[in-house]
Amino acid sequence: MASKANTTQNLAMEAKSKIKQSKEDKVLNGFFYLFITGFSIVCLIPFILVISASFTEETVLTKVGYSLWPSQVSLDAYKLVLTAGDIPQAYLVTIFITVVGTLISMCLTCTVAYAMSVKNFKSRGRLALFIYFTMLFNGGLVPSYLLIKKFLGIDNTIWVLLLPSLCNAWNILLMRNFFNGLPDSLAESAKIDGANDVTILLKIILPISTPGIATIGLFYALSYWNEWYKCLLYIDSSHANLYTLQYLIQRILRQVNYAANLPAESAALAGTLPTYSFRMATIVVAIGPIVLLYPFLQKYFVQGLTVGSVKG
Amino acid sequence: MKKKEEKKNGGFFTDLIYDIKHNQSLCLLCAPTIIWYIVFAYCPLIYLLVAFKKYSPSLGLWKSKWVGLDNFKAFFGSKSFFTVTFNTLFLNALFILSTMFFSILIAIALSEVSGKLFKKITQSVVILPHFISWTVIALLCEALLKTQNGFFNNILGAFGIAPINFYQNADVWPALLVILRVWQGAGYGSIVYLAAITGFDQEMYEAARVDGATRGQCIRYLTLPLLKTTAVMLFIMNIGKIFNGDFGMIYNLVGTNSLIYRTTDVIDTYVYRMLVESTNVGQSSAVSLWQSIMGFAIVMFTNKLTKKVDPDSAMF
Repeated sequence: MASKANTTQNLAMEAKSKIKQSKEDKVLNGFFYLFITGFSIVCLIPFILVISASFTEETVLTKVGYSLWPSQVSLDAYKLVLTAGDIPQAYLVTIFITVVGTLISMCLTCTVAYAMSVKNFKSRGRLALFIYFTMLFNGGLVPSYLLIKKFLGIDNTIWVLLLPSLCNAWNILLMRNFFNGLPDSLAESAKIDGANDVTILLKIILPISTPGIATIGLFYALSYWNEWYKCLLYIDSSHANLYTLQYLIQRILRQVNYAANLPAESAALAGTLPTYSFRMATIVVAIGPIVLLYPFLQKYFVQGLTVGSVKG
Repeated sequence: MKKKEEKKNGGFFTDLIYDIKHNQSLCLLCAPTIIWYIVFAYCPLIYLLVAFKKYSPSLGLWKSKWVGLDNFKAFFGSKSFFTVTFNTLFLNALFILSTMFFSILIAIALSEVSGKLFKKITQSVVILPHFISWTVIALLCEALLKTQNGFFNNILGAFGIAPINFYQNADVWPALLVILRVWQGAGYGSIVYLAAITGFDQEMYEAARVDGATRGQCIRYLTLPLLKTTAVMLFIMNIGKIFNGDFGMIYNLVGTNSLIYRTTDVIDTYVYRMLVESTNVGQSSAVSLWQSIMGFAIVMFTNKLTKKVDPDSAMF
């Protein structure tokens, strides 16, 4: 060991970390590299398979099966996705509920979270409990199902995709933690100047909370984008124009011959109907926006989680 | 901390009156959310009464016949009671332990490897599956596991192994579900652990290394013990949810494939089928209520336990 350290490179390393790398360390380090690389590959393979399959000729998929690289490239599946009436419509519905839902959710979340973060607001502890309790005890599926179907009667409307998911207790508490972390002096000085709480929230708190707003907003946006449960429960097939993208995917999975039921003119574009490549192309279209935006948004997700682990 | 503040406050009504008088704008700000919670979170609780009734849609909630505990008796007496309860608890326990193990392993591996770019890319990649919904994963799974020309069975076939009929073989599903859960959630779960590890005092590690500790020893005697608080906190949070089957996961992956219900059917999917397919509202409500009560009791119990073991980690 000592003789090895004579080389300049090792000396530099030594000086930097003052630590010797034993053989055991190297083995361990090698294992970590191997493990994390392996796990990453396992995480990536399905995505590559899907993309590859979506560009593959249907006959190849049925005869040879899936491969990591398309052997015969074909765009039929995408043509079908774009022309089949259901998918563009579902895309519109999904985008609509994601944008509108996230906006309303953020308004409700920020206002109540801000109220809970003001020290002078005496009922804030009880308000937090009022919201937190719903995380601990809820009646489960049946009561809300009956409420929405029998009492509110909003099933088979766009409202059922929006209203029941507007608030999320966990997100509200996260946002409150965010606001709690801001310095009190800002709001106090504005208060002395005679500003009311609405002005303080809009003019002072929100502008400096963009990281928090981005994180929570993303959590909401993702949950709206991935919405399928409400469609399953509350939207009948007679209102298929309200299906979300994720629910459509589920229906495609359930009906093997989904593509065969599409309008004839779009099906007529190729000799064989792209059933399986059609499925894969639908997946690409559905997760595409998430995967593409993900590298830019990742830091907010990480931030949100680490803030969540800090108790407030 | 919270409790001390609350002691300064008065009773429910004195505080409320104070806030209405002095914090009008704040009351206004939180009113919409409070209304939402009353309508969508508290009003449904009234419908829990259905659990004690023979519900008929034409008669409605109030006029349906009161049957006492009959719905509960029917469920507890059925064969499904044991199956779905066992599956829910068993699968969740497997999910919690396996995801925790792999999350910690990933976090430690990520903290040990060097190379900023490598770290960044691998971390991004392992988190990615978390953002893919179970509907998509189910469709993906079908492509991978199909008996005919599925990706896996093609690989098996290349080695001369007979194909496995995944969708007809109930015994492989617990393992399969665990793998899928780890694939989907372990990377995401590692974020919290990695954040904790990055927060540890680096001088401690340097001192240990200078004293001749190997990296393995550092992990064994420093990192793991220090991670214990985080792990225990997350573990307890997850145990609190052990009665809640993952409906999204199970329903999408299993669907109406009754061949594999034996090992995959959980309380949530059972309730759903009973409500929507057999329209037995009373009994499905009873199962739902039973699940909620058990879940609540477990949260309370684990929280009490945490307070005893480590008061700082308790949730409330």
